[in-house]
Amino acid sequence: MPTRVPAVEGWFTPGEGATAALVGSRCTTCGTYAFPAEAHYCRNPDCDGQEFETVELSRRGKIWSYTDARYQPPPPYVAADPYVPFCLAAVELAAEKLVVMGQVVGGVTVDDLKVGDEVELVVDTLYSEGDTDYLVWKWQPIAADRSD
Amino acid sequence: MPDDKRVAVLGAGMHPWGKWGRPFVEYGLVAARDALADAGLTWRDIQFVSGADTIRNGYPGFVAGATFAQALGWTGARVSSCYAACASGAAAIGNARAQILAGLCDVALVVGADTTPKGFFAPVGGGDRKDDPDWLRFHLLGATNPTYFALYARRRMDRFGATEEDFAQVKVKNARHGLANPYARYRSEVSVDEVLSSPMVADPLRLLEICATSDGGAALVLTSMDFARRHGGGADPAVTINAVSTVTPSFPNTVIEMPNFSTDSAVAFSSEWDSGAGFRPSITAAAYAEAGIGPEDLDLAEVYDLSAALELDWYEDIGLCGQGEAEKLLRDGVTSLGGRVPVNPSGGLSCFGEAIPAQAIAQVCECVWQLRGTAQGHQVEGARVAATANQGLFGHGSSVILAR
Repeated sequence: MPTRVPAVEGWFTPGEGATAALVGSRCTTCGTYAFPAEAHYCRNPDCDGQEFETVELSRRGKIWSYTDARYQPPPPYVAADPYVPFCLAAVELAAEKLVVMGQVVGGVTVDDLKVGDEVELVVDTLYSEGDTDYLVWKWQPIAADRSD
Repeated sequence: MPDDKRVAVLGAGMHPWGKWGRPFVEYGLVAARDALADAGLTWRDIQFVSGADTIRNGYPGFVAGATFAQALGWTGARVSSCYAACASGAAAIGNARAQILAGLCDVALVVGADTTPKGFFAPVGGGDRKDDPDWLRFHLLGATNPTYFALYARRRMDRFGATEEDFAQVKVKNARHGLANPYARYRSEVSVDEVLSSPMVADPLRLLEICATSDGGAALVLTSMDFARRHGGGADPAVTINAVSTVTPSFPNTVIEMPNFSTDSAVAFSSEWDSGAGFRPSITAAAYAEAGIGPEDLDLAEVYDLSAALELDWYEDIGLCGQGEAEKLLRDGVTSLGGRVPVNPSGGLSCFGEAIPAQAIAQVCECVWQLRGTAQGHQVEGARVAATANQGLFGHGSSVILAR
């Protein structure tokens, strides 16, 4: 059983399946969200807020746009050998009014995606080294067989 | 326009773009010497050297102004070196212009040059840098620069019905524009079929629609209006820079941009959500305001076609047409040589590739030659007003407006 370790600390909950969520911040003064989390200054130029609560962001959103990576990205991306292309999506989170990037889970091609499609967050393996799986957040299309 | 808002462009020079693999300083010196000769001035006449930095060529690249000054021979000229991602060249122009307009110097040399690695741009420097978003976007997402260009392209297809053929037609136009440009790296016609049969890199963008990384160098000699008249025997200078915009985005920036993982959150500014405006329109808007003109006054524009699809976004962002109307502008030939307002008559990044700190300077060089009427083989007839537009990562962008 491989050890499972986040590829980056504190950006998403360690939970899996229906409990996985991105971890961002919310300014306690003006309500502005940030991902990754802000700890010192609010990005709203009209806000002096310096206190932030850690929040889990909406687990579901709609695809703002999407693409794929047909060629292996350069390091520090750690690619499988042989390289397997993957899709990426920028996803609108309505409650937070922001768009977050992420890879799309394996096995999905651009032909399976449309702008406006609903996706949900999962935690999945980004790469493996030795006995360790390094984890990252990914977007998973919601049941493609569901009627639109 | 009053003199206190303008600087004269007395000289422009470039080293051809290519993949030469030689030290960047060589390209910068060729461009600088050409610009000085073009101005009818010597290196000793230069009071201020403004360098645009390259971050892929070690310490000399981080202090480009001094590197070029030393290579030309120390003269005691004052110096600045600046980095502003793809807008570095325009930032260097802005620094020189500010010195001149403040009356601190009369004659300035602006130089930018780059030597680039092959393939995708990767983050600069080694080691694990988990506090650097540019490192993290490669590590956590495998998000290259074309990833972001492709997100915009797909969005354009979804919102406005743009087609793969529209994107290919931009490439076909720019390839034709660059045919006779002696400084362009790629000088051959391509057909829509050739573009659409080139390998898909980041769906929907194909290899021939994505800007390459190039070596190159560009330089300008800028002076005060008074100096230009004295130097020119009392005549007004042929070409002036009337505005330089190097604005940053305005919060909330709701369009995803390199190298970010997310946009700003618009919860405190609900009306900004879904406006789709983003950063780019504000870049030229600031330049138009400073120059006291509007997009209807342009005779040509050089815009940053990092992808063929992005050129269509720029048509709208610089105000040539409304949102969703760029494809029609292209199809009607408005932006082709011979059209009402040719875009990228130089051939653009499509024919040059990108030599980062030199590119925004090269855009201005092209405008200078167009306004002088010396852009042989790709001249916009009777051009009087030209604009450049450019955008890079970390909130950088630029627009320069020139007139004769």
